[in-house]
Amino acid sequence: MDNGNGFQIAGRDFGSRLIIGTGGFHNLQVMAEAVEASGAEMATLALRRVDPSSRGSIVGVLENAGCFLLPNTAGCFTARDAVATAQLAREAFETDWVKLEVIGDDKTLLPDPAELLAAAEQLVAEGFTVLPYTNDDPILARRLEDAGCAAVMPLGSPIGSGMGIRNPYNLRLIVEQARVPVILDAGIGTASDAAIAMEMGCDGVLLASAVSRAQDPPRMAHAMRLAVEAGRGAFEAGRIPRRLYAEASTPMEGVPELT
Amino acid sequence: MNVVLNGEARELRDGATVTDAVEASGAPPEGRGVAVAVDGEVVPRGEWEQTRLSDGQRIEVLQAVQGG
Repeated sequence: MDNGNGFQIAGRDFGSRLIIGTGGFHNLQVMAEAVEASGAEMATLALRRVDPSSRGSIVGVLENAGCFLLPNTAGCFTARDAVATAQLAREAFETDWVKLEVIGDDKTLLPDPAELLAAAEQLVAEGFTVLPYTNDDPILARRLEDAGCAAVMPLGSPIGSGMGIRNPYNLRLIVEQARVPVILDAGIGTASDAAIAMEMGCDGVLLASAVSRAQDPPRMAHAMRLAVEAGRGAFEAGRIPRRLYAEASTPMEGVPELT
Repeated sequence: MNVVLNGEARELRDGATVTDAVEASGAPPEGRGVAVAVDGEVVPRGEWEQTRLSDGQRIEVLQAVQGG
């Protein structure tokens, strides 16, 4: 399990710091190939009304890929709906883990902070392992952590926007203060965005659209895997400081006089 | 008896249980990844068989789908 790329959430080991969201894939076959290429060991999924015409089992595909299931509460606007959805997911998937999403409107899909915190408090009290999708707000992140959330998952930019990390300063504050894992969730557009999140010290990255809506999802999934590993490696290695002026890497001592 | 199953008016036999509603919804039988709420309250899988429905109830039968 420990290949140097792994981490823990709520005492559970994951061999990859990349978490894959399953939304947006054209079909389960492409999803399965992308999940495999990503190396992710945890994948999100959702609950919706039964569609009798749907084929194949997403649960089966993810479990065959060795993925730990992380149900979400996508589409919930109130704490009450989110709590009910989490309870249904616990029944459906026999897990008390939940990616808690409580959004404020359907244009931005930004979290509603008041409802999110209320839902987190209630779900923690009911014994859930809560991973909240949150705004990139250090104070809210702290409140969620204090409420007993197992991780905090700030957005880089709105869901599906592919805009990357729009407020790196806030993200730095969140990373600096957090005592639970910080997972960058939402906004990743391409591999460099994921690498930047990891270089900034995030513990992991959760992404869906960047892979599922790419021209070649399995190829992008592999690129994301490498980006997350590279970014984490660079973070652990410790980058050089930025300087305004050059600093020669070749010694000036011993330069010959040739003219 | 008339119920609202996944947002649609449906007729189920008198004395129908949650198990009957799950079947009527078209959900895969015994499929993992299915959950039920009756009038907004979760009904645990182990209680589907014994839980009788009554006229006018709203039943939501949910299944796993792709989602970010």
